[in-house]
Amino acid sequence: MQRILIVGATSAIAEASARRFAARGARLYLLARNLERLHDLAGDLLIRGAAAVDWAVLDVNDFDRHAAAIEDAARGMGGIDVALIAHGTLGDQAACEHSVGLALQELNTNAISVISLLTLLANHFEAQGHGSLAVISSVAGDRGRRSNYVYGTAKGAVTIFLQGLRNRLHRSGVHVLTIKPGFVDTPMTAALEKGPLWSPPERIAEGIERALDRKRDIVYLPAWWRLVMAVVKLIPERLFKKMSL
Amino acid sequence: MQLQGWGRHPVVDADIDYPSSRSSAVAAVAASARQAVIARGMGRSYGDSALAARVISSRYLNLLLDVDPTGGRVRCGAGVSLAELLEVFVPRGWFLPVTPGTKFVTVGGAISSDVHGKNHHVQGCFSEWVERFDLVVASGEVLTCSRSEHPDLFRATCGGMGLTGIILEATLQLAPLQGAFVDQTTLKCGHLEEALASLESRRSATYSVAWIDCQATGSRMGRALVMLGEHASGGTLNAPRRRVLSVPADFPGWLLNSYSIGAFNALYYHRVRVRSSVRRLHYEPFFYPLDSLQDWNRLYGKGGFTQYQFVIPRAAGLDGMSGILKRIAGSGRGSFLAVLKALGPENANTLSFPMEGYTLALDFKLQPGLFELFEELDAMVLDHGGRIYLAKDCRLSAAGFRRGYPRWEAFQAVREKYGARGKFESLQSERIGLS
Repeated sequence: MQRILIVGATSAIAEASARRFAARGARLYLLARNLERLHDLAGDLLIRGAAAVDWAVLDVNDFDRHAAAIEDAARGMGGIDVALIAHGTLGDQAACEHSVGLALQELNTNAISVISLLTLLANHFEAQGHGSLAVISSVAGDRGRRSNYVYGTAKGAVTIFLQGLRNRLHRSGVHVLTIKPGFVDTPMTAALEKGPLWSPPERIAEGIERALDRKRDIVYLPAWWRLVMAVVKLIPERLFKKMSL
Repeated sequence: MQLQGWGRHPVVDADIDYPSSRSSAVAAVAASARQAVIARGMGRSYGDSALAARVISSRYLNLLLDVDPTGGRVRCGAGVSLAELLEVFVPRGWFLPVTPGTKFVTVGGAISSDVHGKNHHVQGCFSEWVERFDLVVASGEVLTCSRSEHPDLFRATCGGMGLTGIILEATLQLAPLQGAFVDQTTLKCGHLEEALASLESRRSATYSVAWIDCQATGSRMGRALVMLGEHASGGTLNAPRRRVLSVPADFPGWLLNSYSIGAFNALYYHRVRVRSSVRRLHYEPFFYPLDSLQDWNRLYGKGGFTQYQFVIPRAAGLDGMSGILKRIAGSGRGSFLAVLKALGPENANTLSFPMEGYTLALDFKLQPGLFELFEELDAMVLDHGGRIYLAKDCRLSAAGFRRGYPRWEAFQAVREKYGARGKFESLQSERIGLS
């Protein structure tokens, strides 16, 4: 039975992943801001087959609470085999361009809080000598684009942090998984017009489960995004700066 | 956000709210103080019944809330799909007592359209198996509705097309299941009379439905494959799931024409060689043959399509159905999916579609002149005392609605009582005079 900690547990991708873990009989510990949803989600996961579900309210921007939250989770489940970090916000790029405060807040939520949690979790996992750290980054972190470069900066930072962490923890037998979803139809992206490039969160969750089982390093979800981003990364900056992406 | 029904016509620009909890759903209703709003699930109703300028989506009211593992009772959010219920509960030996022809509908949608299945003559509509539900009404209050609590609101909401409020959650009774397989008997019938007689003589069958070749004319008019089903006793509950294919893009609109459809229908009919055959198949292909082809509505091209489904009373019988089928076959407009079913008695809900008699459902590509044909068909259906299914409709007139649904005034009275008029409205409700 796997003991799985999920941060940002009420995000659509996290919920869809949690359902897959529950169906396999995992033991779950959920952290998120929304108490009402957490409570109901825990019940849902129990019905779907989770061995046990504990939860606690956590605002990831409350950095001082990170250490205690992780300790509680580890104590509650008697250890952590998998940690999935799934929280995030898609800030208003235009608003961020006019407000330093907003831009920094986006970076805090999407990058700094993740780095803080990973620093604590990494030491925990390194000491126990096994386990998987899975983090939802984004294709947006592969290249800065004018339409969402603040979000992209945060995700890019997370991606690079994970590269280093993977390199470090490899020796200790700890698996580090970087998850790069493309466009996903979730509450975070509810305001955006959808098209053929969009995927439902269930499809991303399926990919996350498979990547965890196979101990992959970096996955693009769906997989064809690897190709799309390879092309996007190849465009010379001289041209790229003139494009509207 | 551009929104459309399964038939992809009409298209509206809508503001959508995605509440994920009781309190956010109440807030979403309160936020539309001046503008009417309509609930929406998976968007599988064909026409405009879940379309409006303001929409509240049940997508994230998608949690299983409570289950009684021995009694098969489940309480879940309105946005939980029938597919999810099957995924979780079939392996535990429970099935949906009533299911429509797709599992990609939500519990809230199934209640609002009071859907029926191939077993209507035995089990009735979906609402028969709904014990209670919680509804956000116009005032923002959450009312629990059942046959004993706010029974008028319960009866108006089941089949009420979302026009009474926003369903938050419901408690359903599931049916025990022995195995995941169904024994299907196929009877080949050379014309309509034989098909109707087969359906009538097999009323004891748990599931019965007929696929009709609606392009055959003359002595072969209404030739059909009558399919009967019984849950197979024994066998496994954990049968492997089928691979799902999808239609990746819109097909060119001309691809489906009376020739290609005529050829398909002839092949489909003649593929069955013997007068009567039995085979065992998984419940998915039996109940949901089209669900394995994702986005199949793209087959009809960008212009979209619609389904015409009507019911006529049993008394109108063979003559009534023959007259209507003759008009359809004579129109030269093709339909792959002409499905005929003998329905059981009408229930007490004010706007539920089924009544004791025969229902026929046909898909048509949207083309000039189609709605004129529908008007003619409406007149024939209504003259027989029948009605048109609102869950499939995008064009019925107010007069046609009122004739077909004589209890509409009682429905409006309940809406008035709970403040729903002017608050919960869809494009369809405006068109058919339910403002």
